[in-house]
Amino acid sequence: MSGDVATSPAGAAAASPATLPPRARRGVLGATLRFIRQHPATAAGFFLCALVVFAAVFAPWLAPFDPNDQHIIDRLAPPGGDYVFGTDSYGRDVLSRILYGARISLLVAVSSIAAAIAVGGTIGMVSAYVGGRFDLFVMQCMDVLLSFPSLILGLIVVALLGPDLGNLVFAIALTAIAPFARIARAPVLTLKERAFIEAGRALGFSHVRILFVHVLPNILSEVLVMGSLWMATAVRTEASLSFIGLGVKPPTATWGGMMREGFENILDAPWLSVWPGLAILVLVLGLNMVGDGLRDATDPRMRGES
Amino acid sequence: MILYILRRLLAAVPTLLAVLTLVFVIVRIVPGDPAIAILGDRATPDAVAALRTKLGLDQPLWAQYATFLGHSLTGDFGHSMVTGRPILSDVGAVLPHTIDLTLASLLVGSVIGIPVGIWAALHRNRAIDYAARLLSLIGLSFPVFVSGIFVLLVFALHWRLFPVIGNARLDDPLDRLDKLVLPAATLGLVMAAYITRVTRSAMLAVLGEDYIRTARAKGVPWRRVVWRHGLRNAAMPVVTVVGLYIGILIGNSVLTEIVFNRPGLGKIIVGALNQRDYTMLQGLMVIYCFLIVVVNLITDLTYGLIDPRVKQ
Repeated sequence: MSGDVATSPAGAAAASPATLPPRARRGVLGATLRFIRQHPATAAGFFLCALVVFAAVFAPWLAPFDPNDQHIIDRLAPPGGDYVFGTDSYGRDVLSRILYGARISLLVAVSSIAAAIAVGGTIGMVSAYVGGRFDLFVMQCMDVLLSFPSLILGLIVVALLGPDLGNLVFAIALTAIAPFARIARAPVLTLKERAFIEAGRALGFSHVRILFVHVLPNILSEVLVMGSLWMATAVRTEASLSFIGLGVKPPTATWGGMMREGFENILDAPWLSVWPGLAILVLVLGLNMVGDGLRDATDPRMRGES
Repeated sequence: MILYILRRLLAAVPTLLAVLTLVFVIVRIVPGDPAIAILGDRATPDAVAALRTKLGLDQPLWAQYATFLGHSLTGDFGHSMVTGRPILSDVGAVLPHTIDLTLASLLVGSVIGIPVGIWAALHRNRAIDYAARLLSLIGLSFPVFVSGIFVLLVFALHWRLFPVIGNARLDDPLDRLDKLVLPAATLGLVMAAYITRVTRSAMLAVLGEDYIRTARAKGVPWRRVVWRHGLRNAAMPVVTVVGLYIGILIGNSVLTEIVFNRPGLGKIIVGALNQRDYTMLQGLMVIYCFLIVVVNLITDLTYGLIDPRVKQ
């Protein structure tokens, strides 16, 4: 259906705010302004996240220099002049590296949380649906996984497997599987007793069909809302592991890795630690604000309670 | 109460066994032979075989598991592959620093977080509430190494109020305190942000209860309603969160110890990772898990103290 609308002339007009009739345009703008007025924190969060996504997508056009180009004569140049955020100990432009670093942070956060949702969510859903001793066993396994401090677990897994992008995503996903299993499990426990699930069983639907076609849509919003909050944690964990030296290998620009290099030069060039630190803060704060806002929107009881 | 403590202790046993099993599995699923990883690719087959025998890697898996369980439960964590020293003595030497940091951060977090959370709940949707919510969100968003470096830049390097190097002498309480201030403030502020949010929402939930309205209708002074009826009932979720957060705190102490160059469990673990000291890593993971299980046990016991119904 949506494909029909988008390909028809009317649909194309509807898709582009610039071609909207004045009343409808007021509608879009008005709705945006209304949203900002009613949910300033969530709107600010969306803005901060959009800023980072914009930087990541358009880094090749926005960055004044190649992130790995070394300008040895200008090494440790303070902010200002040609180098807005200064240069590092290899003479690389800090602003360019921060713009490119956004790509790694977003890539690791999105892929690790997507993997954790897929694996953890399925475990939680199946566990609750099957119930009984199986559920008890699975949840005890999840509790064991939860009893490891997540940073220590991530640290050890990356160190043992070797620091690269894939292992980093695997380690962060592993730390988030147990929480998502718990988040997905709770609503399924009540859903599976509902009449429409029983009707599905009576009609002879397979368990897979009941779980993924009928149960999943009912728990998806809850899981996705927690996903946005957990993405903030994933960004923090990735930055922390990179800071310890277990992130994506240099010279690839990562915010945590830049903090590490800045920390080694903290006496000569304190700005090297400040800019990537602020970049991490902007993304994590943005994700937390959006996550809080989405949670409030899906659970009216939580409005203004956190 | 004694029966309750015994029940909780018994419940911790399967968790501990499961955690130990997971540690054993994690260390064994690493690709490659640990003996070759330690000795390097150019080691002679004889040397590799000798090290495998020394580490017990030539034994069947179940025998390795049984030895590992037996040693862990009797407190024998083995020797470091790199230094040859007993792991427990290395850990024992730095444990007071990690305990200092964890307890001090807990104190800073609770002393700031609980009153601010209550204050925000009592002034819901007023300026002070918005400020508390925004500040706690910012506090939660700071990765601890970022806030640590910012704190270091401002208070140690710019204003020179506190020392940069954090290796305190354990026999000198003043030196110990002096070098604890910045790391504890860094970790404690993140914890305060966490506790503020939970205390606020727990208080809001309790203040909406019927018994609070009844108490007010009976003419009980507001201050007494808040302290006696509100706070006591809001304490459970706060204690749960503090208990859960100690796990995160122990994890975050790794980063704080690196930034402030403090000795501690975190620094040992990073050193062991860099040197691929497998026995040390295995021992440290077991010790971390013991600590977490003990903290969870203390949290459970605190429930019993706060709410007599839990003991039933």
